[in-house]
Amino acid sequence: MARQNLVNKSVVLLIIFFLSLSMPVFAAPQHAKQESEFEKEQKEAEQEGFELGKLIIEHITDSYEYHIFQIGEHHFTVSLPVILYDQGHWVTFWSSEFHHHHGEYKGYYIAEKGNNQGKIVRKNAEGVEVRPRLDISITRTVGTLMLNSLMVIFIFLWVAKTYRRRKEMAPKGFQSFMEPLIVFIRDDVAKASIGKDHYERFTPFLLTLFFFIFFNNLLGIIPFFPWSVGVTANTAITGVMALAVFIITTVNGNKHYWTDIFNTPGVPWWLKFPIPLMPIVEVMGLFIKPIVLMIRLFANMIAGHTAIMGFVALIFIFAKFSVGLGYGVSVVSVMFSIFLDMLEVLVALIQAYVFTILSALYFGMAVEKPHH
Amino acid sequence: MSVLVPGFGVFFWMTIIFILVVFILGKFAWPPILKGLKEREDSIKESLEAAKDARDQMKQMQAENEKLLQEAKEERDAILAEARKIKDKIIDEARMKALQEADSIVESAREQINNEKRAALIEMKNLVADYSIQIAEKVLKEELKEKQRQHDYVEKLIEETNLN
Repeated sequence: MARQNLVNKSVVLLIIFFLSLSMPVFAAPQHAKQESEFEKEQKEAEQEGFELGKLIIEHITDSYEYHIFQIGEHHFTVSLPVILYDQGHWVTFWSSEFHHHHGEYKGYYIAEKGNNQGKIVRKNAEGVEVRPRLDISITRTVGTLMLNSLMVIFIFLWVAKTYRRRKEMAPKGFQSFMEPLIVFIRDDVAKASIGKDHYERFTPFLLTLFFFIFFNNLLGIIPFFPWSVGVTANTAITGVMALAVFIITTVNGNKHYWTDIFNTPGVPWWLKFPIPLMPIVEVMGLFIKPIVLMIRLFANMIAGHTAIMGFVALIFIFAKFSVGLGYGVSVVSVMFSIFLDMLEVLVALIQAYVFTILSALYFGMAVEKPHH
Repeated sequence: MSVLVPGFGVFFWMTIIFILVVFILGKFAWPPILKGLKEREDSIKESLEAAKDARDQMKQMQAENEKLLQEAKEERDAILAEARKIKDKIIDEARMKALQEADSIVESAREQINNEKRAALIEMKNLVADYSIQIAEKVLKEELKEKQRQHDYVEKLIEETNLN
């Protein structure tokens, strides 16, 4: 919530700044040029704004290739494997076949607009764009996810090796950097939320969850290849983790847990019979909890990326009006982007923590013993 | 909207990758890390307890040592006092003995002197008696050389005897 307020506040500040700065600039061409010319310019600016909006969306949505940079008409990209299953057989090829959205391979191409915009489609017999049966291409989100996961695995196997080698010694190097976090998750998240009877069973999963989210969040801030894509700013990614939490909670639910759901104690009987109002609400809650987990992380991560992109885009929008204005705005934009990046680092940690502690609380509810 | 809807491909790969990450870390990373942490925590706890025990023991030992020292001191003092007493006694005894001995020596010396004196006196008496008799003899011899004088003397002696 606080974060939303901050973003709002910065937007208001920015608008005030722009108003004070841009008034004379707006006024000057109005006198010098004819009305129609000015309108044309404004339309162009709007066009550019729209283009930039599209650019932002392109940056935060998935893509079949890594687009590193562009000079003039020249695109520098890293292509990725496309894996499709359609019409009874597998189709695999490199995304370089698309020649940056302008080519096709065996009738498969990237849709320019419509519901499937940006995704691989083919035309069916009626000439309607349809998605292939299965599309498990290694997109840039998947590619970055694989890379980040390998990093996480490598880092913690390394840390584990250090622990094995340095038995009963003080932590050293990377180990001492990770240890406070590991101890924090074990003691203040797992033990505190689940209770000391059961926490040991869930601690490894919670640790994996926390560090997986934390690393992906952090690496998502880096704006360069191959991290230019925020892995956790994707509902599929957060969804799988939320689903895992849901499955573990459900599988571990004891009698007390299910009694609380289907026959909630301490509630008037007419809320359960004849219309089982409370059970319905509780069962809905069962599914809402992981969905909220999924949405919270996704929304927090995508909001940060979008806000930073927006500030950067502002430079170009204002540069369209006047080069000087563009330079002027760039100072503020860069400052706000730095500020937002700092905020993002904080959010990366907080959201990883929130996801983990809520998961731990759900596990705790599932294994809690009735206390009378 | 396209941003919100989860893509199947990403979902598919994420499921595989996430399960792999959870499995690999859960099997090879977290057990040694958590075990290492626990072992270290236990060992630190044990060490702290051992240190506390050692400290307590040390304190106890120190107290004991102090007590022992105190006792030793007392004993030493007692021994010293007794030794002093014995020394004084020995000296006293020696002095007494010496005095007695000296007394007895002086006594016997005195006795001897007395004896010698008495012997000497007796001898002198005898000598004096002898000399006196000799002198008297000589005097008498001289005096009674003449008959008249002898007669006179006898008469005088008789007179004296009659008078008494």
